[in-house]
Formats: sequence, structure tokens, C-alpha cells
Amino acid sequence: MTTPTRSSGPAAGDVLVLVGTMKGAFIFSSDKSRRKWRVDGPHFPGEAVYSIAYDSRGGRTRTLVGAHSNHWGSTIRLSDDFGRSWTGPERQAVRFPESSGLSLAQVWQITPGRADEPDVVWCGVEPACLFESRDAGESWEPVQGLLEHEHRPKWMPGGGGLCLHTIVTDPKNKQRMGIAISTAGFYRTDDGGKSWHPRNNGVRAVFLPNKYPEFGQCVHKVVNHPSRPERLFLQNHWGLYRSDDWGESWQDIANGVPSDFGFAMQMHPHDPDTVYIVPIQSDEFRVVPEGKLRVYRTTDAGKSWQPLTGGLPQHQAFENVLRDGLTADSSDPAGIYFGTRGGKLFGSADEGESWQELADALPPICCVKAAVVS
Amino acid sequence: MAISVIVPNALTPYTRGVGTLVVTEPCTTVADALAAVAARLPALTDRVLTEQGELRRHVNVFLGDESIRFLDGLQTTVDEGATITIVPAVSGG
Repeated sequence: MTTPTRSSGPAAGDVLVLVGTMKGAFIFSSDKSRRKWRVDGPHFPGEAVYSIAYDSRGGRTRTLVGAHSNHWGSTIRLSDDFGRSWTGPERQAVRFPESSGLSLAQVWQITPGRADEPDVVWCGVEPACLFESRDAGESWEPVQGLLEHEHRPKWMPGGGGLCLHTIVTDPKNKQRMGIAISTAGFYRTDDGGKSWHPRNNGVRAVFLPNKYPEFGQCVHKVVNHPSRPERLFLQNHWGLYRSDDWGESWQDIANGVPSDFGFAMQMHPHDPDTVYIVPIQSDEFRVVPEGKLRVYRTTDAGKSWQPLTGGLPQHQAFENVLRDGLTADSSDPAGIYFGTRGGKLFGSADEGESWQELADALPPICCVKAAVVS
Repeated sequence: MAISVIVPNALTPYTRGVGTLVVTEPCTTVADALAAVAARLPALTDRVLTEQGELRRHVNVFLGDESIRFLDGLQTTVDEGATITIVPAVSGG
């Protein structure tokens, strides 16, 4: 089905910021200066967009959106023309097999696969499972090793549901990838998805009697850099961690942050030592500490963190940024963007030193992704 | 005689614009009628039923004027000439 919209298309070299909200998707675009932005949307008005992605592999200009209708369920919609038209499968393509007893609630993550597998796309869903597409997002199959995982009966849903929200790949090893589930923790496969093993050694679960279980942690986000995929950074439900061995062990890196609670985490596109986060006061008071909207950045792999506040409100700004609400484009210098539950969208064209408000009254923002049109 | 299935506007993109479907296959229950619809228009019933064949949480189905949630659910029996209406529930935020 194709639904015409009123979008005009960005050109090569332009920067896209794709925003998923509780009431639809918006596409922001700018030339490479990233000073003036055009906005198009809402696409899928009224539907919650928890996942959005842009895929430029294989010569495509494909936007993928996980849209959830409160009435009619969830589906992944595709556009190859920056939202002028959307093609969605007639059938809902992400489907659990009847034998599983499970039904799709939400698509939480869409992640293009490795560069050398341009038709492979992954999506993470609720109830927690990983799906794979081998035709660039047209059709999907569940990854059996997770669908039938022996731990599944013991996984417990977090506040947002039992969701697989994070997918990290390894460009050096096709057999290896990692996923994170709230609340099951971080799991890794070394055999292309056939088997998955918890890798949470050192990650705290404050809400369990056993604070360091094998699995059951509420991991909020994990990131890595393609040039150094074995090193992972993890934002936990309380706790900031780094692993230098693909999750075999984790070390606390909450050095100088106002809170180690938070959701969002973003890798710098070019520097494997630089990571961005947005600390949140606590699990009971999910807003930025002291009413100051601050992005924190480490440039030394977590040995220290510095606040970035230029242009961000520092008084009575009780905002929250969700786990996919912080992103980067691939420009140099990199653009950094984040959206808040209060509907504000901020962007920085200088790696976070100064910020510009791109929108101040969108619906609550669930996810933000950025890309440079090739 | 046949059974009519009235489709909300939001789902007519999946019925080629048709608002009232006519089911002529033999049907004993609402589930039978929806299965007959699914055979022709699977994309429509994807939006009404989950993968497990259950009615979606925020979708209501009426037999005549009565919600099937207050009858026997999808196993509610239907008679020739019945009208089944699919309605989005009052929900949201």
C-alpha cells in the first residue's frame, strides 16, 4: 500500500534526522552546514514510532519505520523517497509463528546489518525476540536461537515491556553479535544466532536480591564502534559500564557523572573513545538532574565525563531522553542530536559543544536517528 | 442468505475500499466468518486478530448490537443474515 505525502526529497550530502514520536514520525533535513532545517511530517499520524532507521547500503535511500497503531498492531513501513511514499507489506511482515504462542506488541529497534551484507536488516521486538530480513526489510523471520531460548520463561518485562531494544554487530566477525533485553540483560552469539549466552559479568541488578546474576539485568543501551567492536559501552538501569572483551567482563566507568542512571547512549561515529549519554536523576524521578539539560561526553573511553550545555536549558528543564533518543550523523565534525519526552529536539553541528533547538513542541519523542544522504 | 461484515474506514485500504463485506461461506461462529474474510483479505484480519488468532486488545467486534466480549468471544455463534461490525475501541492518550 502506498500513501502519498507532501515531502520533497533531500539531495546527496544532505543530513537527515529521523524522529519517531508517540504520534507519528517526522523527517528533518538540512544541507551539510546543519544550520537550517526543513521538517516533514507527521508520517503515520497517531501511531507510536519506537523505531526508525535509514539504510544507504546497496545504493538504497531507504527509511524504515516501526509504527504501532493502538488498534491495529505494529508493522514496519518502508520509503525509498524520504517519505514521499511509504510501502508497507499488506500482511504484517514481522510475525511470530503460531507455535510460539507469542504475538507482536512493538518494534523497538531496526538496525541495518553489516556493510558487506547490504540486504540484511535486523529488528528487535516486544515480546523480546530478534528478527532478520534478508531482503532489506520486506520480509522477516524470527531468529530461532532467541525465540526458543531456555531463559525465556525467566525473562521479566521492565516498565516498557519485555523488549529487545538494542542490536550491536561486529564487522570483523560475521558470526558474532549482541543484543540487549529489558530485563534479561546482554546476550551474545558467536555462531551466527544459533546460540546466545548471557554476558553480564559485573553488571549490577539493583532490583534483584542477587545483585550480580548471570542474567536478568535491566540493560538500557549498549553501543560499540565498528573500528573496535570488541569494546562495548553500556548504560544500565543504574550503572555505566565498559567491556573490552565483547562482554566477557564489565567495568564501572561512572566517573564524574551526576547520576549513573539513564537510558540513551551514543557512540561517536569516528572516535572509538568518545561516547555521549544523558544522565537521569533516578528510576523514581526520571528527569535530568537539577533541572539542567546536560549531555555528558567522554573522550577517554569512560575515564572521565564532561557536561555539554551550550545552548541547552539549565533552569527548570525537567526533561527525559529515552534509550533511542540520542544519535549522531556521520559528518566530520559529527552532528549530535537528541529528542526529549517533552517533545523538544536539539542538534549540534560541532560534536556537542553548542546546541540548537530544532523543534520545541513535537509529541513525546521515542527515537532519533541521523544519517548523511549518499 | 449471507453474513455481512462491516469494516471501519481505517481498514478499507485492505478491502480495496469496500466497507461491507459479504460472507457466503457456511459459518457457525464469528471466528468462522473472520476466517472466511481472512482467506480473501489476510491483510485485513492481520489488523483485527493477533498471530495467535486472538482479537486485538483495542478492537471490538459486535454481533448485531452486542459486543462479542460479552457473548462467547470469537466462538459466538452466528446465524444467516447476521451483521458483524468491526470497530476500533475507545482508547489512546
